[in-house]
Amino acid sequence: MTGRTIQVDQLARVEGEGSLYIKMAGDRVADVKLKIYEPPRFFEAFLRGRHYSEVPDLTARICGICPIAYQMSAVHALERGMNVHPEPAIRQLRRLFYCGEWIESHTLHIYMLHAPDFVECADVIALARDHRDLVERALHLKKIGNHIVTVLGGREIHPISAAVGGFYKIPTKAQLSELVPDLEWALQASLETLHWTRTLEFPNFEQDYEFVALRHPEEYPLNEGRLISNRGLDIDAAEYEDHFTELHVKHSNALHSVVRGRGSYLVGPLARFNLNFDRLPAIAQDAALAVHLKPPVRNPFRSIGVRAVELVFACNEALRIIREYEPPAVPKCEVSSRAGVGHAITEAPRGILYHRYAFSEQGLILTAKIVPPTSQNLKRMEDDLREYAAQLVAWPQEEATWKCEQAVRNYDPCISCATHFLTLHIERAFE
Amino acid sequence: MSSEAKSKSGSKPRIAVFKFASCDGCQLSLLDAEDELLSVAEQVEIAYFPEASRTMLKGPYDIGFVEGSITTHSDAQRIQEVRRQCKTLITLGACATAGGIQALRNWKDVDEFIRVVYATPQFITTLKLSTPIAEHVPVDFELRGCPINKLQLVELIAATLAGRKPNIPAHSVCIECKRKGNICIAVTRDTPCMGPVTQAGCGALCPSYDRGCYGCFGPMETANPSSLANHFRYIGQPSAQAVRAFRGFNAWAWQFRQASEECERQ
Repeated sequence: MTGRTIQVDQLARVEGEGSLYIKMAGDRVADVKLKIYEPPRFFEAFLRGRHYSEVPDLTARICGICPIAYQMSAVHALERGMNVHPEPAIRQLRRLFYCGEWIESHTLHIYMLHAPDFVECADVIALARDHRDLVERALHLKKIGNHIVTVLGGREIHPISAAVGGFYKIPTKAQLSELVPDLEWALQASLETLHWTRTLEFPNFEQDYEFVALRHPEEYPLNEGRLISNRGLDIDAAEYEDHFTELHVKHSNALHSVVRGRGSYLVGPLARFNLNFDRLPAIAQDAALAVHLKPPVRNPFRSIGVRAVELVFACNEALRIIREYEPPAVPKCEVSSRAGVGHAITEAPRGILYHRYAFSEQGLILTAKIVPPTSQNLKRMEDDLREYAAQLVAWPQEEATWKCEQAVRNYDPCISCATHFLTLHIERAFE
Repeated sequence: MSSEAKSKSGSKPRIAVFKFASCDGCQLSLLDAEDELLSVAEQVEIAYFPEASRTMLKGPYDIGFVEGSITTHSDAQRIQEVRRQCKTLITLGACATAGGIQALRNWKDVDEFIRVVYATPQFITTLKLSTPIAEHVPVDFELRGCPINKLQLVELIAATLAGRKPNIPAHSVCIECKRKGNICIAVTRDTPCMGPVTQAGCGALCPSYDRGCYGCFGPMETANPSSLANHFRYIGQPSAQAVRAFRGFNAWAWQFRQASEECERQ
């Protein structure tokens, strides 16, 4: 029986450093390894001994693509641990802040990282040669997402305004109102983006996933909600570690997360969409149904369309928040330091991001644990590849390789995020 | 700039972007330059930029941009090869220029750390120190910031393509802050602020948002951090807090390193 190997030494158009190795024996997939060689950066270790007020700035540096996700999980975890309850207007501003990051990050992935696969281009620059209007739309959309972040946080990457208790400074009504015309355009552009995804071809590939996402009583989830799945999970953030565990595999500098007793699971746009379709605004629901996206979507290649649905949601939600905005009485509520433990889960663009901090009476961090979305999806990505590669046995090597890369990019993996997570071991030794 | 970037053959200059230990934010700044991206792309050949493209062409390259710090044996070797392949080598951001936030390990015994801590330490390879690129190879220009300022990046690319010196100021955040017309929060409110010792480039963001500068652009050329440490003491900051102020995203830059160690001894 002949064997063949699909190998990509450096995965392109993902955030961070990883490689792909698939070994076939005849028409059977013998081995799949998504190797993560991005070096560890030891965040959980050096967070210990830092003051709680520094945590949002420090954890932002785990990821330049989704710093707000880290800031939001950090402030919510610390506030829960310190029994701090910012006023509703702060809550709305944080949702707006997150919408900015979703718009920026989803646009980046849809057009610059994922779309080139569907039209067989190497990159967005090549895409711009044949589809200049498409790329110009993408850049403009991305800029609007970045602009929301900049107005609230000073700059698009590692913004500086998020704080435990609120923001260092809050925008005026007039500053936010200036964003409205751009966002009205962005909402239309998002709808066009979703419509355009209908023209793409998707491989026939469906899997029986366990989808895991937040669920809020009224809203499409960003910062709050219980953690649920389509297999009966329904827990508070504080119970996360009772239900999920991590495996240390030799080939990866990032741990593989599994649901205890079940195995791999999927977080991110597909999971949120499938579990929270009824929480999307009518405009996003209608647009999704119009392109035949109806839960449950089980084909990971169609995540590009689901990201576009979430773009529609994020633009619409940003407009709603701005139109209803009344500035809070104070930017940041009083925080009195006390010893404790706090947990939070928020919805990063790539899926749930778990933070837990224990801190002393002086407000110094004792232990930290962070589980980013990509390390939660890693095992699922390998499982997908195992199934999908088997369909590609008859394909020529180059095409099969490209398709497998695309199967990885379905998840928009952020390897920089996933890798720092290794330090979990450090923390256990001290517990 | 050590050399004019344009290729002798008259073809477009070949650009490469390399990543070491980092968050990806600085190379993302290139994609975040939404207004300039397509016109920059027309003037150069993007030969190697894995985060953005599946095409990965072999060197040599005219301009190499390096993001991230050196934290593993293999990366220490890889940077030597990167230097050999690039006519002009430019580092982007605090990791590449000062070792980044991951340089906080440099005050710990990492060997013991790993031995005590990891169930399977043989899976992990890491160096004791996180170090900037310039500790390993000569660097032609260092662009500061955590993250870099994308407008400074565009200016740096334009200057390099034209073979001129980039217009990147080396003065302190204080100058930017004064120009913005901000009321000094360090003087009027006794807020601990790193502005006096930090290089400009961010647009004095933090003071403009009612908080002290946290030094993400690293030490300015002629910084006097000991004097700032004295000021921190004068306004009643505990020395542990001063240590943390200097041990941020540019902790391993020698001026901040010395200052944090001085504060620690007190």
